[in-house]
Amino acid sequence: MTVLLDKNSKIIIQGFTGKMGSFHADEMIKYGSNVVGGVTPGKGGSKHLDLPVYNTVKDAVNETGADASILFVPPAFAADSAMEAADAGIKICVAIVDGIPSHDMIRIKRYMRRYTKSSKMTLVGPNCAGIISPGKSMLGIMPGHIYKEGRIGIISRSGTLGYEAAQQLKNLNIGVSTSVGIGGDPINGSSFRDIIKKFETDDETDAILMIGEIGGPQEVAAGEFAKENMKKPVIAYIAGLTAPKGRVMGHAGAIVSAYGESAIEKVEILKECGITISKNPSVMGDTVKSVLEKM
Amino acid sequence: MDIHEYQAKKILSNFGVTIPRGGIVYSPENAENKAREIGGSRWVVKAQIHSGARGKAGGIIVCNTPLEVAQATDKLLGKKLVTNQTGPEGKIVNRIYIEEATDIEKELYLGLVFDRSSESIMVVASTEGGMSVEEISKEKPETIIRSKIEVAVGMQNFQARELAFGLGIEPDLIRRASDTIIGCYKAFSELDATMVEVNPLVISKQKQILALDCKMSFDNNAMFRRSQVSELRDKTQEDSKEIFASDRGLNYVSLDGNIGNIINGAGLAMASMDMIKLAGGAPANFLDVGGGATPEKIVKAFKLVTMDEKVKVILVNIFAGINRCDWVAEGIVDALKKIEIKVPLVIRLAGTNVEKGNKILKESKINYIEANTLEDAANKAVAALNK
Repeated sequence: MTVLLDKNSKIIIQGFTGKMGSFHADEMIKYGSNVVGGVTPGKGGSKHLDLPVYNTVKDAVNETGADASILFVPPAFAADSAMEAADAGIKICVAIVDGIPSHDMIRIKRYMRRYTKSSKMTLVGPNCAGIISPGKSMLGIMPGHIYKEGRIGIISRSGTLGYEAAQQLKNLNIGVSTSVGIGGDPINGSSFRDIIKKFETDDETDAILMIGEIGGPQEVAAGEFAKENMKKPVIAYIAGLTAPKGRVMGHAGAIVSAYGESAIEKVEILKECGITISKNPSVMGDTVKSVLEKM
Repeated sequence: MDIHEYQAKKILSNFGVTIPRGGIVYSPENAENKAREIGGSRWVVKAQIHSGARGKAGGIIVCNTPLEVAQATDKLLGKKLVTNQTGPEGKIVNRIYIEEATDIEKELYLGLVFDRSSESIMVVASTEGGMSVEEISKEKPETIIRSKIEVAVGMQNFQARELAFGLGIEPDLIRRASDTIIGCYKAFSELDATMVEVNPLVISKQKQILALDCKMSFDNNAMFRRSQVSELRDKTQEDSKEIFASDRGLNYVSLDGNIGNIINGAGLAMASMDMIKLAGGAPANFLDVGGGATPEKIVKAFKLVTMDEKVKVILVNIFAGINRCDWVAEGIVDALKKIEIKVPLVIRLAGTNVEKGNKILKESKINYIEANTLEDAANKAVAALNK
């Protein structure tokens, strides 16, 4: 979706010279993403993977015109890096890192309130797989080859469950316009609602598959938004039918602590919002297919 | 991460919250002395476990003499206490907190949590202390008052005052009550807590405002900068398999069923559990080996799942992304050289180099059942159980 990412997006890697940053920068370049450089404080002026390294995000933006970034910095420094990207004028930033304290996420989001709507960065993640627009660009850590080019938008809290969906769609010869991993943390940069809104206005997307799970109010908020405002069909699967109450299921945000946060309750509420439910995770692709056939 | 009541009280008292006099003991002999040291004429002996609802489970005993305190301590120490929050196996009592008894005039509820919708800290209060917040919201929802705190500027005095007046606290005590609420807020925000609950917060007959029972939980992701908090972890309150897992970078939750799971990614793990249930089985665990599913992690995961005697079938479901199925398959073959598996094993690989991965598994001499899809894997695991 060109709203978030396209072939021309100029990408920088924050935490470029580290092991993770190097590996995934290389994968993104191989996929065809337009990676223009990276940032590692103290290593500015050097070259890495044949690309320039800068000390600050501002330097990188000034020199390369970068408008997208991806963070591979340790959790303790991630909030700082995200705010640095926002301040330097980056438009879309993906935080892959797992383990950012919730208090830090709140701090980032409050910090970003100083920017007007038009100059505000979109933050995706943390604890996510990133974004891919198949055939155009990849700003993430997913296996690019499992995504076929097409017209379905995917939004998922889970990384691997998002892959599962892309694979099921590909097996049915259905492609993806953009897939966005919003991450498994309790507080994330972009919510289901934020991204679903973007898909509604994206002329490359016909229908949206939303892959949620137990915990938090996000799926319901997106469902209510869809009911009031969306013309495109939304299909959803909610993981965690068998998850016990009050236990964290891997993702820091996957914990049922209030009414409306269990899988069954979310499914019921989403149905009332007019959303088509994939009744189990192995028929996500089939459910999308049946919705497309009715369109 | 959860901590004990006495630890939470110590923390809150450092933030200006008044708590009854008390002390921690590990033996009945010490208990008697501790009661004398605390003074007064009535004491409460409280079992320290990571659970609420201890009173109903017999974990809180009121005593009238130091001798009774020693007897109560003796009765509770080493016992497993089963509450409606611990599960049927209960939690072991290794520490006893002895506290002077309080003459209660009024019991209130005070709780602070992250509100995920507004991304702020929500303070919840009610005049119906002593009941759980779930019970209050069911039976007396009209008594609940809330205040949303903007994290960037912190809690203001007027917000605490509004809550205190809302609780019907008499004018002379408003100042003390506000300080107590702000103290709880500061503890929450300065220590990376995810929950602070004082229940009950009491007004005593002597017009003191006291935290009579409290619970605190902390953000595991922030423990790198909260060493004093992380030292309060009590591993005896955690499931031994879950400790084994967390020490090795695996996400594991012990469940009641008999199909053991090894899966990469939390979402896929939950989805696989759902498929098992739909197929008529029940998962023995949730286990996320991480998106990467490295061979080392696979070995550790097999060790962990085979530690659980309930497990009658093991289901491996790996969606290889950046890593490759051939690499994952080598990890599985390697793990099975080190660990003997006595139960049927179902393996489903998907993603990058899936053909190569399945070929490696077939050519190795391991005994397993191959599955192709999520549904196929769940069905075969349940079928293997019934053979």
